[in-house]
Amino acid sequence: MNEPVTKVLGDSADAMPPPPRAGKWDIAKRELRKAPWSAKFGLLVIALYVLAALFAPFLTPFGESEIVGESFMPWDATFILGTDNLGRDMLTRLLYGARNTVGIAFITTCVAFLIGGTGGMLAAILGGWTDQVLSRVVDVLMAIPQLIFALLLLTIFGTSIPVLIVIIAVLDSTRVFRLTRAVSQNVVVTDFVESARLRGESLGWISFREVLPNILPPLVAEFGLRFCFVFLLIAGLSFLGLGLQPPTADWGSMVRDNATLITYGDITPLLPAGAIALLTVGVNFVVDWFLHKTSGLRDGK
Amino acid sequence: MVAQRLGLGLLVLLAVSLIIFLGVELLPGDLAQAILGQAATPETLAAFRKELRLDLPMHIRYLEWLFNILQGDFGRSLANGREISELIGVRLGNTLFLALFSAVIAVPLSLTLGILAAMYRNSWYDRAVNIVTLSSISFPEFFIAYILIFVFSINLGWLPSLSNVSPETPFWQRIFLLLLPALTLTLVVVAHMMRMTRAAIINLLASPYIEMANLKGMSRARVILHHALPNAWAPIVNVVVINLAYLIVGVVIVEVVFVYPGLGQLIVDSVQKRDIPVVQACSIIFAATYIVLNLTADILSIVTNPRLLHPR
Repeated sequence: MNEPVTKVLGDSADAMPPPPRAGKWDIAKRELRKAPWSAKFGLLVIALYVLAALFAPFLTPFGESEIVGESFMPWDATFILGTDNLGRDMLTRLLYGARNTVGIAFITTCVAFLIGGTGGMLAAILGGWTDQVLSRVVDVLMAIPQLIFALLLLTIFGTSIPVLIVIIAVLDSTRVFRLTRAVSQNVVVTDFVESARLRGESLGWISFREVLPNILPPLVAEFGLRFCFVFLLIAGLSFLGLGLQPPTADWGSMVRDNATLITYGDITPLLPAGAIALLTVGVNFVVDWFLHKTSGLRDGK
Repeated sequence: MVAQRLGLGLLVLLAVSLIIFLGVELLPGDLAQAILGQAATPETLAAFRKELRLDLPMHIRYLEWLFNILQGDFGRSLANGREISELIGVRLGNTLFLALFSAVIAVPLSLTLGILAAMYRNSWYDRAVNIVTLSSISFPEFFIAYILIFVFSINLGWLPSLSNVSPETPFWQRIFLLLLPALTLTLVVVAHMMRMTRAAIINLLASPYIEMANLKGMSRARVILHHALPNAWAPIVNVVVINLAYLIVGVVIVEVVFVYPGLGQLIVDSVQKRDIPVVQACSIIFAATYIVLNLTADILSIVTNPRLLHPR
């Protein structure tokens, strides 16, 4: 409870200088060295994926949907992982897939947090009517299984990337809303929020300067978990042929398109699926460690 | 308490049916136009609207639609003009069979694993199970499914990779064909159930009466099975039912992988064909099952918890 007090002082008197940046970095570095192997592994995986996504065009000589050979060619020196059902290089599509699949899942999660987080804070701060209406709407939306709801909405609006992002972000924001509302409610009743209200601060100030900094740790952890869910949901939809549309390279549809190879004992189609699994495992490990560090919120012990 | 929850559940069901109905109403443009295309003459459009009863006001159509569904009449498919109830009938049975079969494997397995993990807490067994379950939550269903196919049906050649059952397939043959899909679903849900079982028991281990039992010198197994477990049933049952609800939905992808003629396949096919009435019908069945199971979970946790059953 020390933090909020200094916060209020800092806000009202404007006397406290912000803590030096270097100190934070040092702490981060020390924590990182102490981190368990699972968290280090997770961070490494995430870093690799980000690199692959950013530098995909430089890592491979072929284009994203360029047809470079026969279909289903085996692994060799030119096509390190062989070619897919249309004769496109597997490795190239895997690298570009990091960009598309992970990128879209990331954007979707950000949108979901924007919607759900703002809604949750508003519900907690304003209370009363706003809270009731928002909470009941979320209750109803959460009563429908996500995948089914997504399928229904995709039938209605058709499959395109913006539609996909909006639909999944809205469906996922319900979970974010619940968490944000729950943790915000603990902050809203504190004295420093009360004093900010009495000072006549605007709603935006209260949300983003008073409440948000104090609910950030659980939200960051939830961001990791929600990203995993969104990522798996989008991969699932793509696998069903209803997510990202060809010729965009995408891990879910890559599995679907090349699944016949499995029946010949070739594991190539499992690679994109494995890429999905590896990233989710990595993120989960990091989130686990982060939760352990910041609070006992989801620890169950 | 229970009645209140039941009423709320009914209200949610109504709201969900309204959403599923309205979603299609809000479709930009006209449904008849969308189906028949730009080339349709005004006469055919009008006739088609009459056939779909689109000429009636919205609330009347909603009530009609709802009452028809309650009587088991889902309308006709746009793609092939067949009765939807006829399309759904056998498939719903298949889906429920698969979900039930998976539950029969998954529930005892996860309870045993969870209780063992709680008994040997912080041992290598506990840690190994924790890591395996944490990973298996992270795997997409189709990844698990294809790994299982790769190992059991291609490398070992023990089990079939396609679950093409027909209504005439005998029971044991059906079980055999469904082993791989059921195993996939089991792996998907076991992690959550097992972790919750472990957490529920470990939560109780801190209570004074457990300490008393320990101090009396009881064996660890007896303390957990006779003292902790009975009080942990409520949260465990809750998690089990929630996971059953998840199973009903989780079948969609597994059914597609194994080409199993269930409701999941039907909804995916219909989404691709944009066969809206069929998608609506499947959605409402999935959503209703899901809601009813979640409702059951809530009611069970109220009924098994005296503090909730008698408030104040």
